[in-house]
Amino acid sequence: MPEPKSPELIDEKGIRIDGRRLDQLRSIKLEVGVLDKADGSAYVEQGKNKILVAVYGPREAHPKHIALPERAVLRCRYHMAPFSVEERKSPAPSRREMELSKVIRESLEPVVLTDLYPRTTIDLFVEVLQSDGGSRCAGITGASLALADAGIPMTELVAACAVGKVQGRLALDLSDAEDKHGEADLPVAFVPNANLVTLLQMDGLLTTAEFEKGLQMAVEACKTIHTMQREALKKKYHEIKEVVEEKEESEVVA
Amino acid sequence: MSSTPQLPPVAKLEQKTVVDLIARGKRIDERGPDSYRPIQIQVGLIEKANGSAQVSLGKSKVLVGVKVEVGEPFPDTPDEGVLTVNAELVPLASPSFEPGPPGEMAIELARVVDRGIRESKAVDVKSLSIQKGKKVQVVYVDVYVLDHDGNLIDAAAMAALGALVNAKVGKFEMKGDEVVVKPGHHPLPINNYPVAVTLAKVGKTILVDPSLEEEQVMSARLTVTTDKNGSICAMQKGGLSGFTVDELKRAVELAVQKAAENRAKILAVAKG
Repeated sequence: MPEPKSPELIDEKGIRIDGRRLDQLRSIKLEVGVLDKADGSAYVEQGKNKILVAVYGPREAHPKHIALPERAVLRCRYHMAPFSVEERKSPAPSRREMELSKVIRESLEPVVLTDLYPRTTIDLFVEVLQSDGGSRCAGITGASLALADAGIPMTELVAACAVGKVQGRLALDLSDAEDKHGEADLPVAFVPNANLVTLLQMDGLLTTAEFEKGLQMAVEACKTIHTMQREALKKKYHEIKEVVEEKEESEVVA
Repeated sequence: MSSTPQLPPVAKLEQKTVVDLIARGKRIDERGPDSYRPIQIQVGLIEKANGSAQVSLGKSKVLVGVKVEVGEPFPDTPDEGVLTVNAELVPLASPSFEPGPPGEMAIELARVVDRGIRESKAVDVKSLSIQKGKKVQVVYVDVYVLDHDGNLIDAAAMAALGALVNAKVGKFEMKGDEVVVKPGHHPLPINNYPVAVTLAKVGKTILVDPSLEEEQVMSARLTVTTDKNGSICAMQKGGLSGFTVDELKRAVELAVQKAAENRAKILAVAKG
């Protein structure tokens, strides 16, 4: 079946081409408040993924007829930059991007307290500047940070991570190369305290036993990412606190 | 951009009735939580299509036509035929469907059906090559929703499978630089039989085959497509909430069982 023989992705010791173990995440960098004009923003690097997320809102619904009388409308656009992939991607929204916009929105709906802002919209823009497998998950991780950065009340942060099957073995957080030659991809978003899986997609082939094990691996990884998200948020407020304290000190001296 | 959907103004009273019944283990149309509505399958209704099937799931009705034409392969798979799935939510099928380019609901429907067929390798695309790198057979699967009373994904996936199994094509041959199609009634090379099963979560209950009334009160939805060996080949969660890990495990188990039952029904008609 794999004709031009696919490269060896996992060695006999269970080490992957980028040196990771099967249950190891790629290096993740999370930052919040990276954009000036947006009400909230976040930047995510996961492997070679580079993703910017901005939140605008709650703001007046435009056009008015899209507003809902009892809650805010959550809107989401997942979009890939033309230079984010190997071959230039047309900037027009593809069917894939439209589907991902929908599933990303649905993964966040349960945590946002939308009923506090009736007749408004909360707009979420996920821009993939460079894609390296698992960009929808990194997008969700960033989107919930950007929502928190915008000060939008939420029950908690949503974290996301994919598990895949490569050369017959389950592996966490597939990179582009692994995804391309992999046998299955299982992206998952998880809300830890509510114990809810809010994004679940799968393509490829998995037995039900593999699915259950893969789901468990993804959920554990989401818990790790959730901790990192909280650290990233705290870091921003520590920085603000330091600036304020410095200012206060200099005022006292003056 | 994807927006929170605006639900049709169903009377609050009606919503409450549906939810209360489900909480007591019943359903508004008197089914059990793990029963499907009556499934009806007809194949070969459209003579001008290579294959066609219409599936009724209760009052939901989906027609799928398969057309096989000559086209070019994708550069990264020069010796494979092309499979494309498209879905149209025809405005005659529901007061909420409007004419125009496909929206996210139609795109999701098409892509979930597509993933099931593609990932289970139901159509043997390798054998659809006519001249490597130049000419291949292109299989168009067009999903046409005729009446929307809920659970379009399962109806569409069943009709797509029925239409593919039902399809008959001529023989494609190279004559010089031209492809000629010799008339004939060869079946498409079908190796697997993916079947989608959609489950809805209402309150704490998991139901199969949600009707439209149930879709309007469900908190989340899960589609599990399984192949002839009972392996999972596609999944898609939808809706405004989520599932616990335990609910997912139960849902998958139920989906595998239901898919086997539905697969037998489709194949009995489509192969008959």
